[in-house]
Amino acid sequence: MKRAKAHVLEPFDDVNTDYIISGRYKFKISDMKELAKYVFEDIQPGFYKKVKAGDYVVAGENFGCGSSREQAPWAIKKAGISAVLAKSFARIFFRNAFNIGLCLVECDTSGIDNGDIISLDLKKEAVFNHTKGERIKTVPIPGLMRRFLGNGGAIEHFKKYGDFKIEA
Amino acid sequence: MGRTIAEKILSAHAGRALKAGDIGICKVDFCFGQDGTSSLIIDSFKKSGKRKIFDPAKFYMVIDHSAPSPNIGVSEIHKKMREFAARTGAGLYDAGCGVCHVVIPEMGHVKPGSLILGADSHTCTYGALNALSAGVGSTDLAITLISGKNWFKVPESVKIEVNGYLKKGVYSKDIILFIIGDMGSGGCTYNSVEFYGDTIKGLSVDARLTISNMAVEMGAKFGVMEADAKVRSFLRQTAKVRGGVNAVTADKDARYIKKKSYNVSGLEPMVAKPHAVENVSTVNKIRNVKIDEALIGTCTNGRLEDMAIAAKILKKHKVNKRVRCIVSPASVSIFEEAAKKGYIRTFIEAECVVISPGCGPCAGTHEGILADGEAAISSANRNFKGRMGNPNSFIYLASPATVAASAVEGKIADPRNHL
Repeated sequence: MKRAKAHVLEPFDDVNTDYIISGRYKFKISDMKELAKYVFEDIQPGFYKKVKAGDYVVAGENFGCGSSREQAPWAIKKAGISAVLAKSFARIFFRNAFNIGLCLVECDTSGIDNGDIISLDLKKEAVFNHTKGERIKTVPIPGLMRRFLGNGGAIEHFKKYGDFKIEA
Repeated sequence: MGRTIAEKILSAHAGRALKAGDIGICKVDFCFGQDGTSSLIIDSFKKSGKRKIFDPAKFYMVIDHSAPSPNIGVSEIHKKMREFAARTGAGLYDAGCGVCHVVIPEMGHVKPGSLILGADSHTCTYGALNALSAGVGSTDLAITLISGKNWFKVPESVKIEVNGYLKKGVYSKDIILFIIGDMGSGGCTYNSVEFYGDTIKGLSVDARLTISNMAVEMGAKFGVMEADAKVRSFLRQTAKVRGGVNAVTADKDARYIKKKSYNVSGLEPMVAKPHAVENVSTVNKIRNVKIDEALIGTCTNGRLEDMAIAAKILKKHKVNKRVRCIVSPASVSIFEEAAKKGYIRTFIEAECVVISPGCGPCAGTHEGILADGEAAISSANRNFKGRMGNPNSFIYLASPATVAASAVEGKIADPRNHL
């Protein structure tokens, strides 16, 4: 993925789905593109306006904890974010993101500062911090998840194969 | 090597032996969505090009998160759900039926040993009935509607033993708040938690459901317990489940990645402070925090036993003048029972606001949104910033007894002075 800006979240750990997209908007707005305008609004007002297509979101432990709302990964994806990098992810959010084709990468994010220019290479399993000249190792993404991403999400994967196709 | 409850149930549903770490395709016995997630389920399902649900009897939608609808946007979602149910034959529990996690076990959709998916994070609730149940997102649920199956990574298991006698005024809510405080909000991420011990055995099914409900607040995928005589009696009498019960137990030599043991004999009433569930304290350390709203209800603590405890406290004193005390029995049958037993009359006489069964105030959709700077004490499971509809407000979580006592005093209060 291309070089782009890292947006480091504050708070860093336990960014829950209410922080990603508040229930106030989730129930009112069903157009995901419109919903994306309110992404991270309760913790970082004006976040959407600061983001350029291709940018990365960077966080700490347990990113995406809380509710099962799929609007959370949708709002991040539709805001133009290419991937979320975090030390760890909550499980429902993890599944949801890959199911809709949003890339998540587990890695040690503690050395990335807000505004650093970074890029992600899934093949090399690494994040490159161009501002700091560092290479960060990433946890490999499970095979099924990579296939979902490659096909643009789980539904598209299903349309193509008619089934899970995970054994092998 | 022995197997855990999660390994056994997932293996049975995959048709092959699975162990922790394996990925398997498993048949799903029951699945559902609510009005915050069903619109996207329907969209994903339609996108797949399929017209038929794998088995309409095994999929329900519950209108509970904003019910009855507070605005046009939600009304359109509800309409879409009703039309989808009519077209596909899927089940529907419409506005007023109650909160999904209370209605679904009551209506007999949960059996021990079954595998259940819900598009709601607190689906782990049914673990108290020895079922493996997990929350998923909308597209995940749509995959199950298409295929009747889903993929599961078999989780590692954590064994938690709870022993000791609860003191008067201390409840299962206090136990789980204490455990989450100890484990942390990510302490059991992607794990299946198995709860054991004499204290758990001594709890009613209502009280056990509170504990399993909150397993997700420490990151767990499942929060499961053994099925005993109390579970069998709940299934027979309340849920009207016919036929035998296939209870699943873990083997003696099952492998756990973590084992924890708690003695709760000295446990005090607990409160989770803003803005994280793991941020717990004993009630006595934060007494005197003023509150503006009190909420008794939700999928965590809106069952009959919770109504009884709240009514006992509110029978003696009215709600403090500066507090709105909202009571929402979590299902229509609980509402009916609470009315029969006189609890609803007690709430009205104590000047509570009794509202129809649903999630509204807890999910921050309507019926009790806080103003800037206001504080609420709630019997719910989540106190994230903005959860009750306003990011500039403060939410404290506690047992129904502590919530009722606080409503009376107008500040966070020890329920033991009211029992």
